[in-house]
Amino acid sequence: MANIMIQRDSKGGYQFYLPKRDLEDGIDSMEFDTPEKWGGEIKLSGGGTYYIEPQPAPARLPFSVRAKRIDAAE
Amino acid sequence: MTAMTREETQALIQEVLEVYPEKARKDREKHLAVNDQSVEQSKKCITSNRKSLPGVMTIRGCAYAGSKGVVWGPIKDMIHISHGPVGCGQYSRAGRRNYYVGTTGVNAFGTMNFTSDFQEKDIVFGGDKKLAKLITEIEGLFPLHKGISIQSECPIGLIGDDIEAVSKKAAKELNKPVVPVRCEGFRGVSQSLGHHIANDAIRDWVLGNRDTSAFESTPYDVTIIGDYNIGGDAWATRTILEEMGLRVIAQWSGDGTLAEMENTPKAKLNLLHCYRSMNYISRHMEEKYGIPYMEYNFFGPTKIENSLREIAAFFDDTIKANTEKVIAKYKPMMQAVIDKYKPRLEGKRVMLYVGGLRPRHVIGAYEDLGMEVVGTGYEFGHNDDYDRTIKEMGNATLLYDDVTGLEFEEFVKRVKPDLVGSGIKEKFIFQKMGIPFRQMHSWDYSGPYHSYDGFAIFARDMDMTLNNPCWSQLTPPWKKAA
Repeated sequence: MANIMIQRDSKGGYQFYLPKRDLEDGIDSMEFDTPEKWGGEIKLSGGGTYYIEPQPAPARLPFSVRAKRIDAAE
Repeated sequence: MTAMTREETQALIQEVLEVYPEKARKDREKHLAVNDQSVEQSKKCITSNRKSLPGVMTIRGCAYAGSKGVVWGPIKDMIHISHGPVGCGQYSRAGRRNYYVGTTGVNAFGTMNFTSDFQEKDIVFGGDKKLAKLITEIEGLFPLHKGISIQSECPIGLIGDDIEAVSKKAAKELNKPVVPVRCEGFRGVSQSLGHHIANDAIRDWVLGNRDTSAFESTPYDVTIIGDYNIGGDAWATRTILEEMGLRVIAQWSGDGTLAEMENTPKAKLNLLHCYRSMNYISRHMEEKYGIPYMEYNFFGPTKIENSLREIAAFFDDTIKANTEKVIAKYKPMMQAVIDKYKPRLEGKRVMLYVGGLRPRHVIGAYEDLGMEVVGTGYEFGHNDDYDRTIKEMGNATLLYDDVTGLEFEEFVKRVKPDLVGSGIKEKFIFQKMGIPFRQMHSWDYSGPYHSYDGFAIFARDMDMTLNNPCWSQLTPPWKKAA
């Protein structure tokens, strides 16, 4: 489990940030992306995959959340 | 020498790598790359933020350097104790030329060195008592200080001193913030982790201190984050922002004060110059206080203009109109600078190897003068820095991460740039090789280089170095052809 931060990038998509390792990456896809259910498996542009427990979408980004690493690129 | 092709640059890298043993070669290979603007993600071509190899000459610093030297050190009205043996503090004292206004030793302490001067008995029996005594002494001798930060040197972590407990007790007695910073030099691979630790310490011990107190804010409050006022950089930046009609409520951390830092959450926009050292705190403020941050670039008129417009876009039409006025006001002045120096500098090629934001930010300033940056690299950059650099650099130029002494020398010998910009340790090597050199960490004792005022000085300095008559006098008379 790791603390990650989800934020908006300049193009309106999501961006992934892992403070512990200073890892900044784009998010290619998020499993659930509706106001009621948000999270699930997120795929990073760099090839990694993380899992956020599905939850109601945060009112404001950036948003820090615990995530599980399923598959990391490095 | 004309520009190298992609294959030539690749061949050069391979040639330089040949002297290494196989294992080292494999490792170093990942840190050297030929720039390709089509690459979206730097990690596909270059590895960064990894441990330096034992045995090579690295130019990196340590976590203590990142915390005390960069982030905390310039905060002028706090006393920063170099907790541990005397050398770390003494040899880094005032080296970065972070200018400030104040009376040193009375209400400002930037250029002074405070240390607990560890001796053998402190290592054996622990240094907490000494630290507590030191803090009491500081309070007696310098009553106008606004707070204390304790910057740990390596032994503190090794012997397991509890500086947090001492800090908490002292803070209560003094009724001033006492911040323990766990920035022991052995942590991490470079000064970069020191920045992170320092940012986290600010977040935990400083940032929320005035959340409940009143503050008279205006809609135009901004902060300058990640400008260390080297040679007066932050002042040059500040004047432009104020001319635009913005109010700068805090400078982080060049010429900054503790009160400014505590008031930063009241700002409307954080302007982030050095992304590498202060993105952590900016991200935190964006999440906790909803303050957006924006990276800007105040090197060279082209980039300044773009940045000013981007900053103005966050505000209303009066600011936007003011910004255009500011741009129009400085345009002829900058044109005069370019007209004067461009003919003397045009076509010259530059290689850079510095840290933080400069490997990519100064490229624009050189381009404004008609110069070309043919190689650049970060001491302690991460992948996100290289992501941003790839677009700024030309195709088939060299990128080198945590370059070793040997690689840097060989690259310069082969690429033959007209100017090298790096640190003081590299300066004399290259000058003896007959290559003009600027020390780009503290602007070679000149500055400011930021903003419009700084560009004029930047152009003059580059001309002064490059066109110095001494470079034609390098061959001694007895070696000259008759």
